[in-house]
Amino acid sequence: MATNTAAGGINALKLWPWLIVPFIAIVLPFVFDSGHTINLLSHMGVAIIFALSYNMLLGNTGLLSFGHAVYFGLGAFVAMHLLRAINDAGGTGLPIELLPLAGAAAGLGFGVIFGSFSVRRAGVVFAMITLGLGELVHSSSLMFTDFFGGEAGLFGYRDEAPSLLGVDYAPSRNVYFLVVAWTLIAAILIYLLRKTPLGWMANAVRDNPERAQFVGYNPTIVRYIQFVLSACFAGLAGGLFVITNEIVNDEVVGQLQSGAVLLGTFIGGIGYFIGPVVGASLVTFLESSLSAHTEAWVLYFGLLFISIVMFAPMGLVGIVHTQYLNWKAGGWKGNTGIRLYILVSGLVGIFGLICVIELSYHYFRSWDPGAPFILMGISTNATHLLPWLVSFAITIIGFGLMLLHGNPLLKRHISANSDGGKA
Amino acid sequence: MTIRNALELKGVKKNFGRAEIIRGLNLEVREHERHVIIGPNGAGKSTMFNLISGRLKVSEGSIKLFGNNIHNLPAHKVNRLGLSRSFQVTNLFQNMTVIENLRCSLLWSEGHKYAFWKSVLGQDSVTERAYELATRLNLTEQLSTQVSLLTYAQQRSLEIGCTVASGAKVILLDEPTAGMSRTEANDVVQLIQRMTGENTLVVVEHDLNVVFELADRISVLVYGEIIATGTPEEIRNNEAVQEAYLGTEVH
Repeated sequence: MATNTAAGGINALKLWPWLIVPFIAIVLPFVFDSGHTINLLSHMGVAIIFALSYNMLLGNTGLLSFGHAVYFGLGAFVAMHLLRAINDAGGTGLPIELLPLAGAAAGLGFGVIFGSFSVRRAGVVFAMITLGLGELVHSSSLMFTDFFGGEAGLFGYRDEAPSLLGVDYAPSRNVYFLVVAWTLIAAILIYLLRKTPLGWMANAVRDNPERAQFVGYNPTIVRYIQFVLSACFAGLAGGLFVITNEIVNDEVVGQLQSGAVLLGTFIGGIGYFIGPVVGASLVTFLESSLSAHTEAWVLYFGLLFISIVMFAPMGLVGIVHTQYLNWKAGGWKGNTGIRLYILVSGLVGIFGLICVIELSYHYFRSWDPGAPFILMGISTNATHLLPWLVSFAITIIGFGLMLLHGNPLLKRHISANSDGGKA
Repeated sequence: MTIRNALELKGVKKNFGRAEIIRGLNLEVREHERHVIIGPNGAGKSTMFNLISGRLKVSEGSIKLFGNNIHNLPAHKVNRLGLSRSFQVTNLFQNMTVIENLRCSLLWSEGHKYAFWKSVLGQDSVTERAYELATRLNLTEQLSTQVSLLTYAQQRSLEIGCTVASGAKVILLDEPTAGMSRTEANDVVQLIQRMTGENTLVVVEHDLNVVFELADRISVLVYGEIIATGTPEEIRNNEAVQEAYLGTEVH
């Protein structure tokens, strides 16, 4: 996790991602100009802020929270009430661009209150308290219907509010640009926070709270401030969510939301600043696109998460980063072909596995398992033996080649090379 | 001129359930002295350190640091009053580099507290002191090495460095040379002497060569009580000590 310790000076070369990523973000809606895609991109922005705020806890401070949606959701509800008040006042009051700040203030406030007793202890105790708090807030969302709007939720209209810049926010592309702006601001702030004494000591407390005490720091206070700031950014994301969706219901404070941010952050890689950005984007994308293609998308989601936890605990960014370091150190020399072979056979195995899962889903879940359905572009019948055999064969051949042939081949190659180096 | 006591333990007791580990411990450590605690295994040396440094609560009695009561204060408050310690098992920020460890250790004593509006790397006094410490620790080559990749002896020196960096006047070192070869141990002793010049030092140590080289005064802890305190010469010649602890090791 060395990359998470805010090392290195401010370097002009390191600034390029900060220019390239926003540039791509601004160009994207002109390339994909369907309303659906632009909404998806806006959701990604919200998810990115939320995941970055989550990683202030998990990656930077070592706090595993199961209830981070509380601050996202309460921020969203407060912002929604404000938006409704603005709507009721005939579109006068706080400009819509600044609405996320109301969410941030709410996140901060609730962070101050709930954080005061959550962060006494790290580890399991903290995780359990956040789980309990998440459940508490979610269940009260169904009790206090005036504030939470009950099961129907609350509506507001972003285009019936004043705009600071005189922009009409009815078109979703304009909203998207607002999201990009806030995402950039939040990302820069969260990035800079890592460079401060608090950010450093958060890492220190994560690594060794006892040593932190013996250099004068109270680990509880370090965790607390970090928690409050994280809640503040979660609330900001919630406020932005109000603008993109114009509706909030009890789901935004629920466990699913808390789980999704944990999943996204972890899949991306908690040891990297960019990890939550990648993870949140991917998860949002999968949620929207995968669910349109297959009923089994939650299962794929779970499988992805499990395999990351088991085989690549540093996340997707971690995989890329280690491979990159390996490549730079010359570890790919002479075996790039083998690496490609492993990758391709693994992908073939995954393809086979997907076929098996789709067949099973159709067979067990469909009203009429015998009805023909389209599997990978081919019309098949799940009650026949052939598609099953083919799918299993692809799976076994793919993974078999990868695990029993490709991996040993690579290992032999590497050890042969290092022996050669010694001789 | 009277010499101040840096550390004063009076009638300190500690039980774990029924087991009394520290049984009425009295100890005075003078300012600027190097005080070594010796004693057989299980005598309660580490427990004593844990009591002084705020890691454990005292069952009875009082501990004073420059006249302030420090018993039962949390460790970070004890540290802010001017005491720091090292541990038997190396205790560093494992995922950070050498220079990052030193910077973290300096932040509080340089007055940066929990600030989240300024950059750590922009604090020139922290940077300056961190590099200066690294030079004194002979770790300039390893500045950006992650500490988990350092040799054991380097980790121990860095730990002493971090302990000193926290700005403490009184420094407790728990077996600084444990598990080291003769030469490594000698290096560490020299390092301790170099690093801790003006500070008051309390050291738990097993290696008698180290003890007699380092100590201004020695206290002998046996079964939770100090049975003797004195100069190395006095301790060498103390019959009770020879019987209880040194046995045949010193003739």
